Amino acid sequence: MWGCGGLSRAARALGGPRGRSSGAGPPGRRLGAVAGDHYDQAFQRRPGGFSENYSWKMQLTSNSTRFVHLTEMKSSMSAMKRLYSTSHTTVDSKEMNKFQLWAHKWWDEQGEYSTLHSLNDVRVPFIRDTLLNMSSDHQLGSPLSGVKILDVGCGGGLLSEPLGRLGASVTGIDPLEDNIRTAEQHKSFDPVLAKRIQYKPCSLEDIVEEATETFDVIVASEVVEHVADLETFIKYCYQVLKPEGSLFITTINKTHLSYILGIVVAERIIGIVPEDTHDWEKFISPEELECLLDSNGFLVKTVNGMSYNPLSGSWSWTESTSINYAVHAMKCRVKEQSSSREPPSETDKEEHPAEASASTTV
Amino acid sequence: MAVWVSAGGCGLLSPIRGRLRAGRAAVLAWRVPLRAAGTGPVYDVVVSGGGMVGSAMAAALGHDVHFREKKILLLEAGPRKVSGRLPESYSNRVSSISPGSATLLSSFGAWDHVCSLRYKPFRRMQVWDACSEAMIIFDKDNLEDMGYVVENNVIMSALTKQLDAVSDRVEVLYRSRAVGYTWPLPCHLSDTSPWIKIDLADGRRLETKLLIGADGQNSMVRKAAGIQNIHYQYDQSAVVATLHLSEATDNNVAWQRFLPSGPIALLPLSDTASSLVWSTSHEHASQLLSMDEESFVDTINSAFWSNLHHSDFIDTAGSVFRSAISLLMPSGTAARQLPPSIARVEPKSRAVFPLGMGHATEYVRHRMALIGDAAHRVHPLAGQGVNMGFGDIACLTHHLSTAAFNGKDLGSIKHLLQFETERQRHNLSLMAAIDLLKRLYSTSVAPFVLLRTWGLQTTNALSPVKEQIMSFASK
Repeated sequence: MWGCGGLSRAARALGGPRGRSSGAGPPGRRLGAVAGDHYDQAFQRRPGGFSENYSWKMQLTSNSTRFVHLTEMKSSMSAMKRLYSTSHTTVDSKEMNKFQLWAHKWWDEQGEYSTLHSLNDVRVPFIRDTLLNMSSDHQLGSPLSGVKILDVGCGGGLLSEPLGRLGASVTGIDPLEDNIRTAEQHKSFDPVLAKRIQYKPCSLEDIVEEATETFDVIVASEVVEHVADLETFIKYCYQVLKPEGSLFITTINKTHLSYILGIVVAERIIGIVPEDTHDWEKFISPEELECLLDSNGFLVKTVNGMSYNPLSGSWSWTESTSINYAVHAMKCRVKEQSSSREPPSETDKEEHPAEASASTTV
Repeated sequence: MAVWVSAGGCGLLSPIRGRLRAGRAAVLAWRVPLRAAGTGPVYDVVVSGGGMVGSAMAAALGHDVHFREKKILLLEAGPRKVSGRLPESYSNRVSSISPGSATLLSSFGAWDHVCSLRYKPFRRMQVWDACSEAMIIFDKDNLEDMGYVVENNVIMSALTKQLDAVSDRVEVLYRSRAVGYTWPLPCHLSDTSPWIKIDLADGRRLETKLLIGADGQNSMVRKAAGIQNIHYQYDQSAVVATLHLSEATDNNVAWQRFLPSGPIALLPLSDTASSLVWSTSHEHASQLLSMDEESFVDTINSAFWSNLHHSDFIDTAGSVFRSAISLLMPSGTAARQLPPSIARVEPKSRAVFPLGMGHATEYVRHRMALIGDAAHRVHPLAGQGVNMGFGDIACLTHHLSTAAFNGKDLGSIKHLLQFETERQRHNLSLMAAIDLLKRLYSTSVAPFVLLRTWGLQTTNALSPVKEQIMSFASK
């Protein structure tokens, strides 16, 4: 049912006037309603990871529509190559439509992206401190100098710029050209950042061949809940990372609480996040994410819960991963099978029972 | 006082958007005629004003570990003060440095220079009334130093040395006066540079991500930003001089007596010299300046010693109260001591300057912060003026250092607002207390004298209260 709805909606978007307006209000409203319907259905089907497999299959059936979308939206040469490639794409065109609307609003600190601006207060120290703890020497004043970071889904560069200021060489990629344009313009005034950060309007699969084992760190913050195919995304991350490189992910858990607080309250009641930013179906629990990472050659080192206080407008770390959480994983030298995996040496002991149950269902 | 609370409240509650709008209005008022647009250098921080507070701010940032890769500029309109040998005689401009300020100065190595040059610690402070016997004594139980009396040019010399030590990060431009500031429009609304542009008198144009205004009570930065300044002139001037004592003594007490015309204070400089700060009416101040040295010395001595303003009624009431206290708290009273007598005044060391009170309703705007006298100006009776400025520096450096370590944009208003809230809370209470004391002690009307006599005696008896006062003032 959801798949059919998706196809007809995509067809309508195609048929309407080119550009943002058709992608704007009405489909957005309907998306919210559909998400609600689907939530009820998913609830009834709940056993194990069934709902996740279900939505993955749905992506495959609407592939043809998506390819046509992509040739319209992208102007780079690689678009032609992809049309005939058999690899899965990580870009979800519906998501691109949503973000097209807000492409110029990234740098308004009190605007649509205010929660992302304040998220920097926790995610930048998380990345910085994890990297500092792993290396023994660093330059004072420039703690991340010499580190090559890939910021996937960089948007307007909200996370790329602080990492650049800390000394890292950052490559920011985003499939939406307007986002890259905003990011380029914002960094152009700062001579230091202009040299340290490079932006490219492309997706992860576009750079996978030329950037194999190039980056020390990949940061995918608030991105995995918007990609089309998460497992492919993780596989591409694996290819692009150097051995023992770090992958940082921040995303939203798939729980009742995250639906109530993260979507109903945040989007529809208080409005701190623009409506229909998130699709609850695409949220992923830390257990499932850890499972996906483990089976694709990563060793999950840290899982931390985060929570947002709308009154103070600030984020903080919490014990509970029920809504937002951050993950740090490292690329193992050899791709390990989940059965022969060594137990992770540190952190969240509460994740272990969940891992055990996840590995049995996979 | 009600004026200030509302003004402070306005400052604390005004929304961020309001400030951005006001900033835009300031652009219209202060934009300098367009010159050929050259993209000048972009600094991370520009400190406007190279006095004690401005130089200390630049030095604190320059020595901060997270600012190693940043570019800082200090703009000073005056010439560089050549630090040769210290003159034999003491300067008449001195400051009472609290332990908190000394900690700040030692955090970037300037206090060591001060110690190697010249300074005088004091261990006790006696404050008493001219209209009664009431007095209060501040000292620390363990006889630690309560504060330090340091000449202003000694502090400047130490700061200049520490600025030279980080000259790769901190650039100092002497004889450079800023003539105009251009505030940026909010980022998301325009395609133009998001930095503050500063036009110098010699035609150069600079850009900066954060502008710190440390340019004194007539701050040009504050005016250019259009920040409202609550201020009024006290009808008092302060007379300063360097005095020589009749006999060498263990000069480690600071003395202050509240005369009806204003407080007179004696700060120790060495075992044989002290510095005078006498706040009094304008006419009396000019008289003091013009009288010959002998009369000047006599006037000072009688100001400290004479009981001219005592009245029997007050004396009786005061001593009754004092006996009551000594019954309740035997350790709560002590004998009043007399300050050392003055023999002569250092020639040509007498000077006068007017006093006033001022407070900026906002300390920060997007990409701009005010510190020191640009933000607040007080009466010298509590010796807090420069200490409040150093407190501003400690707080702002802490927030900027954390922001730099988090890779944040230094001019972002979020952490600047945190600085403003913290400092306004502290400064407003202190300024209210100082202003209240000034008004309370400016009168010789019996009810107020009685009130302050009993108040002072009670406070003197309550050590916890005194300790609170001392710790608040020495932050």
